[in-house]
Amino acid sequence: MEPMDRMFAYTPSEMMIATAARALEGERVVFVGVGLPNIACNLAQRTVSPDLELVYESGVFSARPARLPLSIGDPTLVSCATSVVGMADLFMNYLQGGRIETAFLGAAQIDRCGNLNSTVIGDYQNPKVRLPGSGGACEIAIHARKIYIIMPLSKRSFVEKLHFITSPGHVSHMPGERVKLGMPGSGPQLVITNQAVFEFRNGEMTLYSIHPGFTVDEIKSEVAWPLKVAADLQTTLLPSDDELRIIRKELDPDGIYTSK
Amino acid sequence: MKLNTMSDAIAKYVHNGDTIAIEGFTAFICFAAAHEILRQKLEGLTICRMTPDLIYDQMVAAGCVKKMVFSYLGNPGVGSLHCIRRAIENGIPNKIEIEEYSHFGMVGRYMAGAAGLPFFPLKSYLGADLAEVNPNICFVDNPYGKDRVAVVPALNPDVAIVHAQRCDRQGNTQLWGLIGMQKEVAFAAKHVIVVVEEIVLEDVIRSDPNRTLIPHIVVDSVVHQPYGAHPSYVQGYYDRDNKRYLAWEKVSRDQAATEAWLAEWVFGVDNWEGYLARLQAEEPNIWDRLAPGSAPSQPVNYGTYG
Repeated sequence: MEPMDRMFAYTPSEMMIATAARALEGERVVFVGVGLPNIACNLAQRTVSPDLELVYESGVFSARPARLPLSIGDPTLVSCATSVVGMADLFMNYLQGGRIETAFLGAAQIDRCGNLNSTVIGDYQNPKVRLPGSGGACEIAIHARKIYIIMPLSKRSFVEKLHFITSPGHVSHMPGERVKLGMPGSGPQLVITNQAVFEFRNGEMTLYSIHPGFTVDEIKSEVAWPLKVAADLQTTLLPSDDELRIIRKELDPDGIYTSK
Repeated sequence: MKLNTMSDAIAKYVHNGDTIAIEGFTAFICFAAAHEILRQKLEGLTICRMTPDLIYDQMVAAGCVKKMVFSYLGNPGVGSLHCIRRAIENGIPNKIEIEEYSHFGMVGRYMAGAAGLPFFPLKSYLGADLAEVNPNICFVDNPYGKDRVAVVPALNPDVAIVHAQRCDRQGNTQLWGLIGMQKEVAFAAKHVIVVVEEIVLEDVIRSDPNRTLIPHIVVDSVVHQPYGAHPSYVQGYYDRDNKRYLAWEKVSRDQAATEAWLAEWVFGVDNWEGYLARLQAEEPNIWDRLAPGSAPSQPVNYGTYG
Protein backbone atom coordinates (compact mmCIF):
# COMPACT_ATOMS: atom_id res chain seq x y z
CA MET A 1 0.00 0.00 0.00
CA GLU A 2 1.21 3.55 -0.77
CA PRO A 3 1.89 5.77 2.25
CA MET A 4 -0.83 8.25 1.26
CA ASP A 5 -3.42 5.45 1.26
CA ARG A 6 -2.25 4.25 4.64
CA MET A 7 -2.78 7.73 6.09
CA PHE A 8 -6.51 7.21 5.86
CA ALA A 9 -6.44 3.57 6.88
CA TYR A 10 -6.36 4.34 10.60
CA THR A 11 -7.98 6.90 12.92
CA PRO A 12 -6.11 9.36 15.17
CA SER A 13 -7.34 7.37 18.20
CA GLU A 14 -5.91 4.15 16.78
CA MET A 15 -2.59 5.93 16.21
CA MET A 16 -2.49 7.08 19.85
CA ILE A 17 -3.47 3.63 21.13
CA ALA A 18 -0.82 1.81 19.09
CA THR A 19 1.86 4.32 20.16
CA ALA A 20 0.87 4.02 23.83
CA ALA A 21 0.77 0.21 23.66
CA ARG A 22 4.31 0.03 22.27
CA ALA A 23 5.55 2.32 25.04
CA LEU A 24 4.45 -0.39 27.50
CA GLU A 25 6.92 -2.95 26.17
CA GLY A 26 8.60 -4.71 29.08
CA GLU A 27 6.35 -3.07 31.71
CA ARG A 28 4.80 -5.23 34.43
CA VAL A 29 2.25 -3.17 36.39
CA VAL A 30 0.21 -0.41 34.81
CA PHE A 31 -2.46 1.79 36.39
CA VAL A 32 -5.18 2.24 33.83
CA GLY A 33 -8.16 4.49 33.18
CA VAL A 34 -11.05 3.91 30.79
CA GLY A 35 -11.15 4.90 27.14
CA LEU A 36 -7.95 5.06 25.13
CA PRO A 37 -5.55 4.02 27.96
CA ASN A 38 -7.65 0.93 28.69
CA ILE A 39 -7.56 -0.13 25.03
CA ALA A 40 -3.82 0.63 24.80
CA CYS A 41 -3.08 -1.54 27.86
CA ASN A 42 -5.20 -4.40 26.52
CA LEU A 43 -3.43 -4.10 23.17
CA ALA A 44 -0.03 -4.18 24.88
CA GLN A 45 -1.09 -7.34 26.74
CA ARG A 46 -1.85 -9.00 23.40
CA THR A 47 1.32 -7.76 21.66
CA VAL A 48 4.49 -6.39 23.34
CA SER A 49 3.78 -7.09 27.03
CA PRO A 50 1.91 -10.38 27.61
CA ASP A 51 2.69 -10.33 31.34
CA LEU A 52 1.34 -6.82 31.90
CA GLU A 53 -0.86 -6.53 35.01
CA LEU A 54 -3.71 -4.00 34.79
CA VAL A 55 -4.60 -2.13 37.99
CA TYR A 56 -7.78 -0.02 38.04
CA GLU A 57 -8.42 2.90 40.38
CA SER A 58 -11.64 1.18 41.45
CA GLY A 59 -9.57 -1.43 43.31
CA VAL A 60 -9.18 -4.17 40.71
CA PHE A 61 -5.83 -5.92 40.29
CA SER A 62 -5.15 -8.02 37.19
CA ALA A 63 -8.53 -7.72 35.49
CA ARG A 64 -9.64 -10.07 32.71
CA PRO A 65 -12.65 -8.15 31.34
CA ALA A 66 -15.03 -10.16 29.18
CA ARG A 67 -16.39 -6.99 27.53
CA LEU A 68 -15.04 -3.48 26.92
CA PRO A 69 -15.54 -1.78 30.31
CA LEU A 70 -17.95 1.17 30.31
CA SER A 71 -16.06 2.79 33.17
CA ILE A 72 -13.30 1.90 35.64
CA GLY A 73 -16.12 0.74 37.94
CA ASP A 74 -17.59 -1.77 35.47
CA PRO A 75 -18.54 -5.14 37.07
CA THR A 76 -16.86 -6.99 34.19
CA LEU A 77 -13.53 -5.89 35.69
CA VAL A 78 -14.35 -7.66 38.97
CA SER A 79 -15.34 -11.09 37.64
CA CYS A 80 -12.21 -13.24 37.07
CA ALA A 81 -9.79 -10.60 38.40
CA THR A 82 -6.88 -11.80 40.55
CA SER A 83 -7.77 -9.48 43.41
CA VAL A 84 -10.35 -6.81 44.23
CA VAL A 85 -9.62 -4.48 47.14
CA GLY A 86 -11.16 -1.42 48.77
CA MET A 87 -10.09 2.12 47.99
CA ALA A 88 -8.01 2.41 51.18
CA ASP A 89 -5.98 -0.65 50.21
CA LEU A 90 -5.60 0.58 46.64
CA PHE A 91 -4.33 4.05 47.50
CA MET A 92 -2.22 3.09 50.51
CA ASN A 93 -0.64 -0.23 49.62
CA TYR A 94 -0.68 -0.39 45.83
CA LEU A 95 -0.11 3.27 44.89
CA GLN A 96 1.58 5.01 47.85
CA GLY A 97 3.37 1.73 48.63
CA GLY A 98 5.18 2.07 45.31
CA ARG A 99 3.82 -0.94 43.41
CA ILE A 100 2.69 0.95 40.30
CA GLU A 101 5.28 1.23 37.51
CA THR A 102 3.38 3.20 34.91
CA ALA A 103 0.15 5.17 34.92
CA PHE A 104 -1.81 6.96 32.22
CA LEU A 105 -3.27 10.42 32.79
CA GLY A 106 -5.11 12.92 30.64
CA ALA A 107 -6.31 16.47 31.33
CA ALA A 108 -7.96 19.55 29.90
CA GLN A 109 -4.72 21.54 30.08
CA ILE A 110 -1.00 20.74 30.19
CA ASP A 111 2.00 23.07 30.52
CA ARG A 112 5.57 22.66 29.30
CA CYS A 113 6.62 20.91 32.53
CA GLY A 114 3.86 18.32 32.21
CA ASN A 115 1.76 19.73 35.06
CA LEU A 116 -1.92 18.94 34.47
CA ASN A 117 -5.22 20.73 35.02
CA SER A 118 -8.44 18.73 35.23
CA THR A 119 -10.17 20.98 37.80
CA VAL A 120 -11.39 24.31 36.35
CA ILE A 121 -11.21 26.62 33.36
CA GLY A 122 -11.16 30.14 34.79
CA ASP A 123 -11.05 31.10 38.46
CA TYR A 124 -11.52 28.28 41.00
CA GLN A 125 -14.10 30.18 43.07
CA ASN A 126 -16.06 31.41 40.01
CA PRO A 127 -15.19 28.94 37.27
CA LYS A 128 -16.06 29.39 33.63
CA VAL A 129 -16.11 25.60 33.29
CA ARG A 130 -16.09 23.28 36.24
CA LEU A 131 -14.15 20.12 35.28
CA PRO A 132 -14.15 16.75 37.16
CA GLY A 133 -11.30 17.52 39.57
CA SER A 134 -8.51 15.25 40.76
CA GLY A 135 -10.07 11.91 41.53
CA GLY A 136 -6.90 9.91 42.10
CA ALA A 137 -4.88 11.86 39.52
CA CYS A 138 -2.94 14.02 42.00
CA GLU A 139 -1.53 11.05 43.91
CA ILE A 140 -1.10 8.93 40.78
CA ALA A 141 1.06 11.75 39.35
CA ILE A 142 3.11 11.78 42.56
CA HIS A 143 3.54 8.04 43.17
CA ALA A 144 3.53 6.05 39.90
CA ARG A 145 7.13 5.55 38.81
CA LYS A 146 6.40 6.81 35.29
CA ILE A 147 3.52 8.82 33.86
CA TYR A 148 2.36 8.60 30.26
CA ILE A 149 -0.06 11.33 29.21
CA ILE A 150 -2.60 10.82 26.42
CA MET A 151 -4.45 13.88 25.10
CA PRO A 152 -5.28 15.49 21.76
CA LEU A 153 -2.94 18.29 20.66
CA SER A 154 -4.48 21.76 20.60
CA LYS A 155 -3.52 25.29 21.54
CA ARG A 156 -6.44 25.41 23.99
CA SER A 157 -4.92 22.51 25.91
CA PHE A 158 -1.15 23.01 25.54
CA VAL A 159 -0.99 26.29 27.45
CA GLU A 160 1.64 28.66 28.82
CA LYS A 161 0.02 28.79 32.28
CA LEU A 162 -2.48 26.35 33.79
CA HIS A 163 -5.60 27.76 35.41
CA PHE A 164 -5.14 25.22 38.21
CA ILE A 165 -2.51 22.56 38.98
CA THR A 166 -4.47 19.38 39.68
CA SER A 167 -1.60 16.93 39.22
CA PRO A 168 2.09 17.83 39.42
CA GLY A 169 4.37 16.95 36.51
CA HIS A 170 7.99 18.13 36.65
CA VAL A 171 6.61 21.13 38.60
CA SER A 172 9.07 23.77 37.34
CA HIS A 173 12.29 24.24 35.41
CA MET A 174 14.30 23.86 38.62
CA PRO A 175 16.07 20.49 38.37
CA GLY A 176 15.22 18.04 41.15
CA GLU A 177 11.99 19.82 42.07
CA ARG A 178 10.07 16.55 42.42
CA VAL A 179 12.74 15.02 44.67
CA LYS A 180 12.77 18.18 46.81
CA LEU A 181 9.00 17.90 47.25
CA GLY A 182 9.34 14.24 48.26
CA MET A 183 7.64 12.72 45.21
CA PRO A 184 8.66 9.07 44.76
CA GLY A 185 7.72 8.81 41.05
CA SER A 186 9.85 10.28 38.27
CA GLY A 187 6.94 12.17 36.66
CA PRO A 188 5.73 12.46 33.07
CA GLN A 189 7.84 10.63 30.47
CA LEU A 190 5.72 10.84 27.33
CA VAL A 191 2.85 12.92 25.98
CA ILE A 192 1.08 10.96 23.23
CA THR A 193 -1.17 13.08 21.00
CA ASN A 194 -3.04 12.71 17.71
CA GLN A 195 -0.23 14.53 15.84
CA ALA A 196 3.03 13.82 17.64
CA VAL A 197 4.78 12.33 20.66
CA PHE A 198 6.66 14.48 23.17
CA GLU A 199 9.35 13.48 25.64
CA PHE A 200 10.62 15.43 28.63
CA ARG A 201 14.22 16.57 28.41
CA ASN A 202 15.50 18.37 31.53
CA GLY A 203 11.89 18.51 32.65
CA GLU A 204 10.68 20.31 29.51
CA MET A 205 8.25 18.91 26.97
CA THR A 206 10.19 18.36 23.74
CA LEU A 207 8.89 17.29 20.34
CA TYR A 208 10.37 13.86 19.79
CA SER A 209 8.34 12.06 17.12
CA ILE A 210 5.91 13.31 14.46
CA HIS A 211 3.06 11.21 13.10
CA PRO A 212 3.15 10.81 9.30
CA GLY A 213 1.30 13.61 7.52
CA PHE A 214 2.13 16.39 10.02
CA THR A 215 4.89 19.02 10.00
CA VAL A 216 6.98 20.59 12.79
CA ASP A 217 5.41 23.99 12.05
CA GLU A 218 1.87 22.58 12.32
CA ILE A 219 2.70 21.08 15.69
CA LYS A 220 4.41 24.26 16.93
CA SER A 221 1.28 26.21 16.04
CA GLU A 222 -0.78 24.05 18.43
CA VAL A 223 1.50 24.69 21.41
CA ALA A 224 1.29 27.98 23.31
CA TRP A 225 4.98 28.18 24.29
CA PRO A 226 8.13 28.16 22.09
CA LEU A 227 8.39 24.40 21.61
CA LYS A 228 11.75 22.67 21.76
CA VAL A 229 12.40 20.09 19.05
CA ALA A 230 14.69 17.11 19.60
CA ALA A 231 17.82 16.98 17.41
CA ASP A 232 17.05 13.29 16.84
CA LEU A 233 13.45 13.95 15.70
CA GLN A 234 11.72 10.79 14.50
CA THR A 235 8.67 9.73 12.52
CA THR A 236 6.12 7.76 14.54
CA LEU A 237 5.56 4.22 13.30
CA LEU A 238 2.08 3.61 11.89
CA PRO A 239 -0.23 1.11 13.59
CA SER A 240 0.51 -2.32 12.13
CA ASP A 241 -2.19 -4.38 10.44
CA ASP A 242 -2.02 -6.76 13.37
CA GLU A 243 -2.55 -3.96 15.92
CA LEU A 244 -5.45 -2.55 13.92
CA ARG A 245 -7.02 -5.98 13.63
CA ILE A 246 -6.86 -6.53 17.44
CA ILE A 247 -8.28 -3.05 18.15
CA ARG A 248 -11.14 -3.39 15.66
CA LYS A 249 -12.03 -7.05 16.08
CA GLU A 250 -11.38 -7.63 19.77
CA LEU A 251 -10.98 -4.47 21.84
CA ASP A 252 -13.46 -1.96 20.44
CA PRO A 253 -15.61 -3.73 17.84
CA ASP A 254 -18.29 -1.00 17.96
CA GLY A 255 -15.72 1.76 17.51
CA ILE A 256 -16.91 3.54 20.67
CA TYR A 257 -13.45 4.93 21.45
CA THR A 258 -11.53 4.38 18.25
CA SER A 259 -13.74 5.47 15.33
CA LYS A 260 -12.47 9.07 15.52
CA MET B 1 -36.02 -4.12 65.86
CA LYS B 2 -33.64 -2.77 63.23
CA LEU B 3 -35.65 -3.76 60.17
CA ASN B 4 -37.33 -0.62 58.81
CA THR B 5 -38.95 0.65 55.67
CA MET B 6 -36.80 3.19 53.80
CA SER B 7 -39.30 5.87 54.68
CA ASP B 8 -39.08 5.12 58.42
CA ALA B 9 -35.28 4.81 58.39
CA ILE B 10 -34.78 8.18 56.65
CA ALA B 11 -37.39 9.88 58.88
CA LYS B 12 -35.70 8.55 62.00
CA TYR B 13 -32.02 9.18 61.18
CA VAL B 14 -31.72 12.00 58.62
CA HIS B 15 -32.50 15.55 59.71
CA ASN B 16 -32.35 19.02 58.20
CA GLY B 17 -28.78 20.35 58.17
CA ASP B 18 -27.17 16.91 58.63
CA THR B 19 -23.91 15.78 57.07
CA ILE B 20 -24.60 12.58 55.17
CA ALA B 21 -22.55 10.14 53.10
CA ILE B 22 -24.05 7.79 50.52
CA GLU B 23 -20.90 6.11 49.17
CA GLY B 24 -20.29 3.36 46.59
CA PHE B 25 -17.66 3.55 43.85
CA THR B 26 -19.77 3.17 40.66
CA ALA B 27 -21.40 0.13 42.35
CA PHE B 28 -23.78 -0.01 45.37
CA ILE B 29 -25.03 3.58 44.93
CA CYS B 30 -28.23 3.78 46.96
CA PHE B 31 -30.55 5.86 44.76
CA ALA B 32 -33.52 4.49 46.74
CA ALA B 33 -32.31 6.36 49.84
CA ALA B 34 -31.56 9.60 47.96
CA HIS B 35 -35.02 9.66 46.39
CA GLU B 36 -36.64 9.12 49.80
CA ILE B 37 -34.58 12.00 51.25
CA LEU B 38 -35.93 14.21 48.44
CA ARG B 39 -39.52 13.05 49.03
CA GLN B 40 -39.21 13.90 52.71
CA LYS B 41 -38.18 17.48 51.74
CA LEU B 42 -35.05 17.55 53.87
CA GLU B 43 -33.05 20.78 53.60
CA GLY B 44 -29.61 22.29 54.08
CA LEU B 45 -27.73 19.00 53.79
CA THR B 46 -23.97 18.61 53.55
CA ILE B 47 -23.44 15.66 51.22
CA CYS B 48 -20.13 13.72 51.13
CA ARG B 49 -19.08 11.30 48.40
CA MET B 50 -15.86 10.62 46.55
CA THR B 51 -17.66 10.53 43.19
CA PRO B 52 -20.94 12.50 43.40
CA ASP B 53 -22.33 10.60 40.37
CA LEU B 54 -25.97 10.96 39.25
CA ILE B 55 -27.22 10.48 42.80
CA TYR B 56 -25.81 13.81 44.06
CA ASP B 57 -26.51 15.49 40.70
CA GLN B 58 -30.19 14.75 41.40
CA MET B 59 -30.00 15.92 45.03
CA VAL B 60 -28.27 19.18 44.06
CA ALA B 61 -30.84 19.78 41.29
CA ALA B 62 -33.66 19.31 43.82
CA GLY B 63 -32.24 22.11 45.98
CA CYS B 64 -31.73 20.22 49.27
CA VAL B 65 -27.93 20.68 49.34
CA LYS B 66 -26.03 23.43 51.16
CA LYS B 67 -22.55 21.98 50.74
CA MET B 68 -20.81 19.13 48.92
CA VAL B 69 -17.58 17.36 49.97
CA PHE B 70 -16.07 15.31 47.12
CA SER B 71 -13.08 14.28 45.00
CA TYR B 72 -14.28 13.57 41.43
CA LEU B 73 -17.22 15.09 39.56
CA GLY B 74 -18.24 12.94 36.65
CA ASN B 75 -20.94 10.81 35.06
CA PRO B 76 -18.67 7.73 34.91
CA GLY B 77 -17.83 6.70 31.36
CA VAL B 78 -20.37 9.24 30.05
CA GLY B 79 -19.39 12.87 30.76
CA SER B 80 -20.24 15.81 33.02
CA LEU B 81 -22.58 16.17 35.98
CA HIS B 82 -24.59 19.04 34.55
CA CYS B 83 -26.76 19.84 37.59
CA ILE B 84 -23.77 20.19 39.90
CA ARG B 85 -21.97 22.26 37.26
CA ARG B 86 -25.05 24.50 37.01
CA ALA B 87 -25.03 25.00 40.78
CA ILE B 88 -21.30 25.76 40.91
CA GLU B 89 -21.07 27.84 37.73
CA ASN B 90 -24.42 29.68 37.86
CA GLY B 91 -25.96 29.14 41.30
CA ILE B 92 -28.96 27.19 39.90
CA PRO B 93 -31.16 26.20 41.77
CA ASN B 94 -28.93 27.53 44.57
CA LYS B 95 -25.25 28.25 45.05
CA ILE B 96 -23.57 25.37 46.87
CA GLU B 97 -20.44 25.47 48.96
CA ILE B 98 -17.80 22.94 47.88
CA GLU B 99 -14.99 21.29 49.84
CA GLU B 100 -12.74 19.42 47.44
CA TYR B 101 -10.12 16.70 47.94
CA SER B 102 -8.40 14.06 45.84
CA HIS B 103 -9.58 10.45 46.12
CA PHE B 104 -6.80 9.56 48.53
CA GLY B 105 -7.71 12.61 50.63
CA MET B 106 -11.32 11.43 50.95
CA VAL B 107 -10.10 7.89 51.70
CA GLY B 108 -7.90 9.31 54.46
CA ARG B 109 -10.75 11.38 55.91
CA TYR B 110 -13.00 8.32 56.24
CA MET B 111 -10.13 6.20 57.63
CA ALA B 112 -9.38 8.78 60.34
CA GLY B 113 -13.09 9.11 61.09
CA ALA B 114 -13.47 5.34 61.41
CA ALA B 115 -10.34 4.94 63.56
CA GLY B 116 -11.04 7.81 65.96
CA LEU B 117 -7.98 9.77 64.81
CA PRO B 118 -8.05 13.58 64.42
CA PHE B 119 -6.40 13.47 60.99
CA PHE B 120 -4.83 11.17 58.42
CA PRO B 121 -1.33 11.59 56.90
CA LEU B 122 -0.73 11.01 53.21
CA LYS B 123 1.94 11.80 50.65
CA SER B 124 -0.03 13.99 48.27
CA TYR B 125 -0.90 17.61 47.38
CA LEU B 126 2.67 19.02 47.30
CA GLY B 127 3.31 20.70 43.94
CA ALA B 128 -0.44 20.98 43.28
CA ASP B 129 -3.07 23.66 43.96
CA LEU B 130 -5.80 21.85 45.95
CA ALA B 131 -4.31 22.81 49.33
CA GLU B 132 -4.40 26.47 48.18
CA VAL B 133 -8.19 26.40 47.82
CA ASN B 134 -9.03 24.01 50.68
CA PRO B 135 -7.68 25.20 54.06
CA ASN B 136 -8.52 21.79 55.56
CA ILE B 137 -5.59 20.27 53.64
CA CYS B 138 -2.52 21.00 55.78
CA PHE B 139 1.12 19.94 55.89
CA VAL B 140 3.04 18.77 58.96
CA ASP B 141 6.72 18.03 59.54
CA ASN B 142 7.60 14.35 59.66
CA PRO B 143 8.85 13.90 63.26
CA TYR B 144 11.10 11.02 62.13
CA GLY B 145 12.62 12.62 59.03
CA LYS B 146 13.05 15.88 57.18
CA ASP B 147 10.12 15.77 54.80
CA ARG B 148 6.63 17.19 55.08
CA VAL B 149 3.46 15.14 54.96
CA ALA B 150 -0.04 16.26 53.99
CA VAL B 151 -2.85 15.74 56.50
CA VAL B 152 -6.61 15.74 56.07
CA PRO B 153 -9.15 15.96 58.92
CA ALA B 154 -11.34 13.09 60.11
CA LEU B 155 -14.76 12.90 58.50
CA ASN B 156 -17.57 11.63 60.74
CA PRO B 157 -20.88 12.00 58.90
CA ASP B 158 -24.06 12.20 60.96
CA VAL B 159 -25.47 9.41 58.81
CA ALA B 160 -23.97 6.94 56.33
CA ILE B 161 -26.21 4.97 54.00
CA VAL B 162 -24.50 1.81 52.78
CA HIS B 163 -25.90 -0.42 50.06
CA ALA B 164 -24.80 -4.09 50.00
CA GLN B 165 -25.73 -7.52 48.69
CA ARG B 166 -26.95 -9.00 51.96
CA CYS B 167 -27.14 -8.83 55.72
CA ASP B 168 -28.92 -10.64 58.51
CA ARG B 169 -31.68 -9.11 60.65
CA GLN B 170 -29.11 -7.70 63.08
CA GLY B 171 -27.31 -5.84 60.28
CA ASN B 172 -24.20 -7.99 59.89
CA THR B 173 -23.42 -6.99 56.33
CA GLN B 174 -21.59 -8.79 53.52
CA LEU B 175 -20.34 -7.21 50.30
CA TRP B 176 -18.29 -8.40 47.36
CA GLY B 177 -17.13 -6.67 44.20
CA LEU B 178 -15.97 -3.03 44.27
CA ILE B 179 -16.17 -2.59 48.03
CA GLY B 180 -14.92 0.99 47.76
CA MET B 181 -15.09 2.73 51.15
CA GLN B 182 -18.31 1.03 52.35
CA LYS B 183 -16.67 -0.43 55.46
CA GLU B 184 -14.81 2.72 56.49
CA VAL B 185 -17.75 5.09 55.96
CA ALA B 186 -19.92 2.82 58.13
CA PHE B 187 -17.38 2.84 60.96
CA ALA B 188 -16.89 6.63 60.58
CA ALA B 189 -20.56 7.64 60.74
CA LYS B 190 -22.57 8.41 63.88
CA HIS B 191 -25.56 6.50 62.49
CA VAL B 192 -25.65 3.83 59.77
CA ILE B 193 -28.51 2.69 57.58
CA VAL B 194 -27.70 -0.51 55.69
CA VAL B 195 -29.76 -1.17 52.55
CA VAL B 196 -29.62 -4.68 51.07
CA GLU B 197 -30.80 -6.75 48.16
CA GLU B 198 -31.45 -9.73 50.46
CA ILE B 199 -31.97 -10.38 54.15
CA VAL B 200 -30.40 -13.74 54.97
CA LEU B 201 -30.27 -15.98 58.02
CA GLU B 202 -27.49 -15.44 60.52
CA ASP B 203 -26.18 -18.91 59.55
CA VAL B 204 -25.49 -17.70 56.01
CA ILE B 205 -23.42 -14.81 57.38
CA ARG B 206 -21.58 -17.09 59.83
CA SER B 207 -20.70 -19.53 57.00
CA ASP B 208 -18.36 -16.90 55.49
CA PRO B 209 -17.17 -14.48 58.20
CA ASN B 210 -14.34 -12.96 56.12
CA ARG B 211 -16.95 -11.48 53.81
CA THR B 212 -18.67 -9.56 56.64
CA LEU B 213 -17.30 -6.03 56.28
CA ILE B 214 -19.78 -4.29 58.58
CA PRO B 215 -20.74 -5.81 61.95
CA HIS B 216 -24.14 -5.20 63.51
CA ILE B 217 -22.71 -3.03 66.31
CA VAL B 218 -22.24 -0.10 63.92
CA VAL B 219 -25.63 -0.52 62.20
CA ASP B 220 -28.71 1.38 63.41
CA SER B 221 -31.20 0.42 60.76
CA VAL B 222 -31.64 -2.27 58.11
CA VAL B 223 -33.72 -1.69 54.98
CA HIS B 224 -34.59 -4.50 52.58
CA GLN B 225 -34.78 -2.78 49.20
CA PRO B 226 -34.20 -5.01 46.15
CA TYR B 227 -32.87 -3.07 43.11
CA GLY B 228 -32.30 -0.09 45.45
CA ALA B 229 -29.07 0.84 43.67
CA HIS B 230 -30.60 1.17 40.17
CA PRO B 231 -29.38 2.63 37.77
CA SER B 232 -26.01 1.75 39.34
CA TYR B 233 -25.35 -1.93 39.98
CA VAL B 234 -24.84 -4.63 42.57
CA GLN B 235 -22.23 -7.25 41.68
CA GLY B 236 -23.85 -10.58 40.83
CA TYR B 237 -27.41 -9.18 41.16
CA TYR B 238 -27.87 -6.66 38.32
CA ASP B 239 -25.72 -4.77 35.87
CA ARG B 240 -25.42 -1.01 35.55
CA ASP B 241 -28.29 0.42 33.48
CA ASN B 242 -26.03 2.39 31.19
CA LYS B 243 -28.94 3.42 28.98
CA ARG B 244 -30.26 5.49 31.87
CA TYR B 245 -26.84 7.01 32.63
CA LEU B 246 -26.76 8.11 28.97
CA ALA B 247 -30.34 9.40 29.19
CA TRP B 248 -29.44 11.48 32.29
CA GLU B 249 -26.68 13.15 30.25
CA LYS B 250 -29.43 14.62 28.04
CA VAL B 251 -32.09 15.35 30.71
CA SER B 252 -29.66 16.97 33.15
CA ARG B 253 -28.43 19.56 30.64
CA ASP B 254 -31.58 21.58 31.28
CA GLN B 255 -32.93 22.55 34.73
CA ALA B 256 -36.60 22.46 33.60
CA ALA B 257 -36.17 19.00 32.05
CA THR B 258 -34.39 17.86 35.22
CA GLU B 259 -37.23 19.13 37.41
CA ALA B 260 -39.76 17.38 35.16
CA TRP B 261 -37.77 14.15 35.54
CA LEU B 262 -37.70 14.54 39.34
CA ALA B 263 -41.46 15.29 39.35
CA GLU B 264 -42.13 12.07 37.49
CA TRP B 265 -39.61 9.60 38.92
CA VAL B 266 -39.11 10.90 42.49
CA PHE B 267 -42.03 13.11 43.60
CA GLY B 268 -44.56 11.35 41.35
CA VAL B 269 -44.22 8.03 43.19
CA ASP B 270 -44.84 7.12 46.83
CA ASN B 271 -41.73 5.00 47.37
CA TRP B 272 -39.07 2.89 45.63
CA GLU B 273 -41.64 0.22 44.78
CA GLY B 274 -43.46 2.94 42.83
CA TYR B 275 -40.24 3.82 40.99
CA LEU B 276 -39.64 0.16 40.12
CA ALA B 277 -43.22 -0.24 38.88
CA ARG B 278 -42.77 2.78 36.63
CA LEU B 279 -39.49 1.36 35.30
CA GLN B 280 -41.10 -1.96 34.55
CA ALA B 281 -44.06 -0.29 32.83
CA GLU B 282 -41.61 1.57 30.60
CA GLU B 283 -39.47 -1.51 29.94
CA PRO B 284 -41.15 -4.80 30.90
CA ASN B 285 -38.01 -6.95 30.48
CA ILE B 286 -35.60 -4.55 32.23
CA TRP B 287 -34.40 -7.06 34.84
CA ASP B 288 -33.76 -9.70 32.18
CA ARG B 289 -31.68 -7.19 30.27
CA LEU B 290 -29.64 -6.32 33.36
CA ALA B 291 -29.30 -9.85 34.79
CA PRO B 292 -25.66 -11.01 34.81
CA GLY B 293 -24.61 -14.55 34.02
CA SER B 294 -23.64 -16.84 36.87
CA ALA B 295 -20.05 -17.01 38.18
CA PRO B 296 -20.06 -18.38 41.75
CA SER B 297 -16.79 -18.47 43.69
CA GLN B 298 -15.36 -21.83 44.69
CA PRO B 299 -16.37 -22.50 48.32
CA VAL B 300 -13.59 -22.32 50.92
CA ASN B 301 -13.37 -24.62 53.94
CA TYR B 302 -13.22 -22.78 57.27
CA GLY B 303 -13.11 -26.14 59.10
CA THR B 304 -14.82 -27.14 62.35
CA TYR B 305 -12.80 -27.13 65.59
CA GLY B 306 -13.91 -28.63 68.87
